[in-house]
Amino acid sequence: MADLTTRLAGVEFPNPVFTASGCAAAGQELDQFFDVSSIGGVVTKSIMLEPRSGRPTPRMAETPSGMLNSIGLQGPGIDAFLQRDLPWLEQRGARAVVSIAGGSVDDYAKLAGRLRGAPLAMIEVNISCPNVEDRGQVFACDAGGAAAVVSAVRKAVASSIPVFAKLSPDVTDIVAVARACVDAGADGLSMINTLLGIVIDTTSLRPVLAGVTGGLSGPAIRPVAVRCVWQVHAAMPEVPILGMGGIRTGLDALEFLLAGASAVSVGTVTFHDPSAPARVLAELRQALDERGIERLEDIIGLAHRPPVLTVPEEPDPPGDEPEPIPTARPVAFEDVR
Amino acid sequence: MKPVQVRGEVLGIKQVGAYWAMTLVAPGIAEQTRPGQFVAIAVGGPETPMLLRRAFSIHAVRETGIYGGTVEFVFAVHGKGTEWLSRLRQHDSVDVVGPLGRPFALPREPAHCVLVGGGYGAAPLFLLADALRARGCRVDFVLGAATGDRLFGALEAKRMAASVAFTTDDGSFGQQGRVSDVLPDVIARTRADVVYACGPMAMLEAVSRIAAEAYDGAGIPAQVAVEEAMACGVGVCMTCVLPVIGDDGETRMVRSCVEGPVFAADRLRWDALGTVPLDAVGAAAMGAH
Repeated sequence: MADLTTRLAGVEFPNPVFTASGCAAAGQELDQFFDVSSIGGVVTKSIMLEPRSGRPTPRMAETPSGMLNSIGLQGPGIDAFLQRDLPWLEQRGARAVVSIAGGSVDDYAKLAGRLRGAPLAMIEVNISCPNVEDRGQVFACDAGGAAAVVSAVRKAVASSIPVFAKLSPDVTDIVAVARACVDAGADGLSMINTLLGIVIDTTSLRPVLAGVTGGLSGPAIRPVAVRCVWQVHAAMPEVPILGMGGIRTGLDALEFLLAGASAVSVGTVTFHDPSAPARVLAELRQALDERGIERLEDIIGLAHRPPVLTVPEEPDPPGDEPEPIPTARPVAFEDVR
Repeated sequence: MKPVQVRGEVLGIKQVGAYWAMTLVAPGIAEQTRPGQFVAIAVGGPETPMLLRRAFSIHAVRETGIYGGTVEFVFAVHGKGTEWLSRLRQHDSVDVVGPLGRPFALPREPAHCVLVGGGYGAAPLFLLADALRARGCRVDFVLGAATGDRLFGALEAKRMAASVAFTTDDGSFGQQGRVSDVLPDVIARTRADVVYACGPMAMLEAVSRIAAEAYDGAGIPAQVAVEEAMACGVGVCMTCVLPVIGDDGETRMVRSCVEGPVFAADRLRWDALGTVPLDAVGAAAMGAH
């Protein structure tokens, strides 16, 4: 059976399948359907400094092979999270990847500071938030803003805890933003966040979502996500990537690994199948075994390498010559007039 | 209680007026179900482009049959997902999660209970009526719908209840009008102690108001099961939220799939449905973005 161990910036995980931020709450609900300590890690819903009510409803619209959401980062705030959610994950034996979000560089730094000494394996920085100090410019859409957040978080967190920046695909050059994050101290990159979309109700003649725009996720965005992982891995092969975007099956997860991700998050499909992370892990294990792959780490970014021609180890045994290719008899056609 | 995810085999599907009733062999769900709970069903088959589960309140259960525990739910064909569901036949299978949500709370002592249903929203009230009657409660029904073929469970209600009042918007069955037109009389006539309701939000709001005004404003408790749009049904997606007043008097946006679908009517912020009231916990933090 394949060795599924993977490393993200020096931290070892028993396997590469994680939940995705915002699709698993803080693990407790999904633990009713599978053991959350059996997967690589639980990426918690982005937490902010204060409790947040989220946006009005409707917050969700189904789209072909996907969905649009505009939740507005509803959450209990960091105090309740530290008191209630993180201890539960620790006691359960799950590896916690804590996602943080803020409205200013200072918010992120404060959150990271609050997480010092907390029982967590990694921090994922959700930078797809508007910067209130820069006219609502989304951090992730601006290399400078993204770098400022990453640098502040990196300084506030113990060096043993990897900091991953979660990138938005809604940029003209994702490699430039990725590079800015890495230069600012990111130990790795999570990609991708949702794509911005709108659905209009053709009966009411108005947008479906109360928030008008929403984030598109699900299998519909998978090729975009694989492309982003591919481009960033090609530019910076040494930087570990947590890949996500529309993973539904073990083979989908394999695509991300082949494109250059060291681990993957299973997100929206969890709404469809609450045991999806455990199922994807089992399917991935089987897919690797079927392909004779012994170590997961051997295939990270494999698709970037040119195909290898298989050379038979020994000459064909005598008596096994191919059959002569039969030839057809010549055919004469009638004249058509 | 812990919900389970199982492959449910279709034991039967039939048309009931304007609706469909489907019975699934779903081991582990029937045995745990309490009135007011629901199942969440994946639609469209293994490669489906429809990712969101469809939630249906449980209409009936049979804990032990020759095939194992069964659950029955009722649905209307609204879109592609329910249309797919309506084309399933005996022995087809669907992925089903349940039982989910918070059930109706039952009175500790025998009480007079009025059960109000709008359209196929009446579906979960029959399990409830069974449970209430087993506790020695008096059960009266008020069932309403737009038209006669959209009334659900008329016969069943007549069989179970001390009385049944029917209303239709077009007068094609029972009294012309809304359930709210007859409910005050039913409460007075049956000396009702509690009202249970399930149906469209506007109906629930009217029921809630009538219950609060009963007995010259003394009021009686009402429990309502809401029908909010859900994506996951298990509490992780945060799309089915409503403004609800907690024990501490604070309004929070709570998930109707986990904290509901049944709520005490006086805890729902009827004035603010579809919005986030400014005094809700965490609403102030939304100003920034």
